[in-house]
Amino acid sequence: MAPPEETQLLARLRSGDADAFDVLVRRYHAPLKRLARAFVSTEASAEEVVQDTWVAVLDGLDSFEERSSLGTWISRILVNRSKTKGVREARMTPFSAMADGEHDESAESVVDPSRFDDRGKWSAPPDRWEDETPEQLVGNQEAMALLDAELRQLPETQRVVVMLRDTLGWTAEDVCNALEINETNQRVLLHRARSRLRARLEQHLDKR
Amino acid sequence: MLSCKQITELITDYLEGRMRFAERMRFQMHVGMCKNCRAYLRQMKATVAAVGQLPDEPMPDDVRDEMRKRFATWQAAKAASATGKKDPRPT
Repeated sequence: MAPPEETQLLARLRSGDADAFDVLVRRYHAPLKRLARAFVSTEASAEEVVQDTWVAVLDGLDSFEERSSLGTWISRILVNRSKTKGVREARMTPFSAMADGEHDESAESVVDPSRFDDRGKWSAPPDRWEDETPEQLVGNQEAMALLDAELRQLPETQRVVVMLRDTLGWTAEDVCNALEINETNQRVLLHRARSRLRARLEQHLDKR
Repeated sequence: MLSCKQITELITDYLEGRMRFAERMRFQMHVGMCKNCRAYLRQMKATVAAVGQLPDEPMPDDVRDEMRKRFATWQAAKAASATGKKDPRPT
């Protein structure tokens, strides 16, 4: 179900409100482009796919049934188009193969093992953060900028999964279907991504 | 009893609701008793929420202009087809 704010936005779009389209493009264009980059070979191709997606979004507005959020619907269109374009460009590695590669990597810990004693108990536990509630964290511009920078540096497979799940609000099932990966792979990638993002914030926010 | 290290490894399974009942109980029991793992869980939840709230990126002017143009084209086509439906007579 689309949230109420999106229902309003959708109504404005359908009535031909150009400002509403501006809002939508500003919100989703950059994450969509990053997402497209996982499937196509160049920045220019990614930009082209995103722009085509926006046209498809406009054409499909009247038939969008609001069973998912607007963001999920838009990104689903984008992934389908990116995959088609990626195949045309004969991009060598499908996402599922990259994800398998990630999965096979040595099962490195998401938290530095030296922070636990030999029984697995914290020896260097996480300190309280200055901003530990989601509201406080979102209000901390410096932390949000670091988070954004770290997101860009994640391995591609992790970045795509965490963006789909946590930025664009996809369900695990939708991610698995779109990327043709299994549920375990999806969860491993999400886990690594989220853990690394938390660790980056920890470096910044620890009251040490 | 789960270890703190195991809690950090299982946290996504927990947040994703992918644990069997008994494992979920063991996880919750540990977190209930361990303030360090409670902090870790809080921080992980805050991180996930923050990723969903990253600010919009600035849009390059040329892209913005192009998108506005495409919107105007779409709008014009829509208006034309609506008019066409209401009034099928050729102009």
